[in-house]
Amino acid sequence: MNRPKIGLVLAWLVIGVALLWAVVPGVFTGHDPIAGVPAEKLQAPSGQHLFGTDAVGRDLFARVVHGAVHSLSGAFVAVGVGLLLGTLLGLLAGSAGGLLDDAIMRFVDVLLSVPGLLLALTVIILLGPGTVNVAIAVGIGSVAAFARLSRAEVVRVRRTDYVEAAFGSGGRYTTVLRRHVLPNSLGPVIALAALQFGLAILAISTLGFLGYGAEPPTPEWGLLISEGRNYLATSWWLTSLPGAVVVSVVLAAGRISRSLGADLGKDRA
Amino acid sequence: MTRYLLSRVGQAALVLWAAFTAGYILLQLLPGDSVLIKFQNPELGLSPEQIAEIRAYYSGGNPPLVDYLHTLLGFARGSFGYSIDTGTPVVERLAEALPETAKLASAGFLLAVLIALVIAFAAGYSRTSWIRGALLSMPSLFVSVPVFWLGIVLIQVFSFRLGLVPVIGGSPAQQLILPVLTLAVPISAPIAQVLARSIDQVYTQPFVPVVAAKGASRWWILWRHVARNAVLPTLTMAGLTIGELIAGSVVTETVFGRNGIGRLTEQAVNAQDTPVMLAIVVLAATVFVLVNLVIDLLFPVLDPRLEVAA
Repeated sequence: MNRPKIGLVLAWLVIGVALLWAVVPGVFTGHDPIAGVPAEKLQAPSGQHLFGTDAVGRDLFARVVHGAVHSLSGAFVAVGVGLLLGTLLGLLAGSAGGLLDDAIMRFVDVLLSVPGLLLALTVIILLGPGTVNVAIAVGIGSVAAFARLSRAEVVRVRRTDYVEAAFGSGGRYTTVLRRHVLPNSLGPVIALAALQFGLAILAISTLGFLGYGAEPPTPEWGLLISEGRNYLATSWWLTSLPGAVVVSVVLAAGRISRSLGADLGKDRA
Repeated sequence: MTRYLLSRVGQAALVLWAAFTAGYILLQLLPGDSVLIKFQNPELGLSPEQIAEIRAYYSGGNPPLVDYLHTLLGFARGSFGYSIDTGTPVVERLAEALPETAKLASAGFLLAVLIALVIAFAAGYSRTSWIRGALLSMPSLFVSVPVFWLGIVLIQVFSFRLGLVPVIGGSPAQQLILPVLTLAVPISAPIAQVLARSIDQVYTQPFVPVVAAKGASRWWILWRHVARNAVLPTLTMAGLTIGELIAGSVVTETVFGRNGIGRLTEQAVNAQDTPVMLAIVVLAATVFVLVNLVIDLLFPVLDPRLEVAA
């Protein structure tokens, strides 16, 4: 199968562009994302303003480009929290077995039984709103998925001959865990991380839309869509275009996750 | 069989108890003290003693463990305490909000199943590879769309562009159309995905060519033989979407300005009304656990082969 997969190339391209937006937004747009030109308010998309302008004359494309850093860094924090806590729990449960395993996995069942959004909102009640808190809240929502997958992987790897051999040749428990079990369990977890990255962008934009994320002048993607809601009848671009950007990035993350999962599956077979 | 039943029910009860306890610890015991936040505003002119009194009123003035057991017993009897925001019993506020959300969620779920069936069957029946590919890629598109944005786009297209559904007013049924569609699209994705995959798997089984050799039409094979065997994994997936369904309802209600659990959740978060939030979280967990318990118990009924194993 050496045929280049157009969809996958496109997905990496979308993620690459979004990352560049976050790192060097100035390269992509010369307009100011915060200060508007009142005379140019509510203009439809054109060569001058790719995505049109909003109610106070701000260039929407500039706001989307400058907003990337908020959404993407939030998603990175969320995945980091989920990956770290989840993998730790899964590793502990899978390697310890017995009572500890049962206790951890029942706790994970509890996390799974509460919808992610409600879990995130509960965390927000505790921590208060704000960009970082929203990212942490979303991350806690993904702990269960990471814990289950990494536990399953650890249990699978632990039964393999080379781990038995490592123990047999006198390897210490923690050393074997770190040198053999962990690296060989991580593959599928990384594929899940890519998927969760997309889902985190969705969840963060949802919470931003509900008003628990960044404060209004900040061009966070969910907030942009929420602000455009008041001009639905007249200015379709204010909600449609930022939303389309979110959809593309999330789709791309999902596509990359599937390809990572498939490649790792090949290794194993 | 009875033992299996008892152990599954026991497990479900255990998860619910743990969900309540975790929620209680998070929402009632940790520092973000909702009573303090509401009443410490200097304009109210309350002295620290008075605040302590109010807190004692809400917690019953008991040490944490007693208060916990008290709240747990209350939940078990269906009394969820009092809202800090409005002072009314939480049960009343839930009872007010629940019917609307139940209507939206159940209609949304039915439509989601319908969409999933259409996608999976069309993909299973089709022999044209690009149509199949297009159908099978729809679920990954559906899960990538933010629910709130989908709702807005639907309002834009159907209400403002085409004028098919009134924005304001309209009969209750008309008001339900767009929210139900909004909710159904993301929920249908995982169901369609699992159903399509299990249909593909069942097609590889030896009984399929046998039935075909006996002269069954393609549609008959798909409907009578393949689909029936592909139902079980799909049912499991459908149960797992219940959490998404509740979360989706919350967002959809906000977008369409409907009264329901979503509105209640939003108010609870904004006012840091922890008793209401605890009740909502426990309610959502209960629905999720019960639905999945029922699906688990249905398995041997639907597929007699499993009864022997159990």
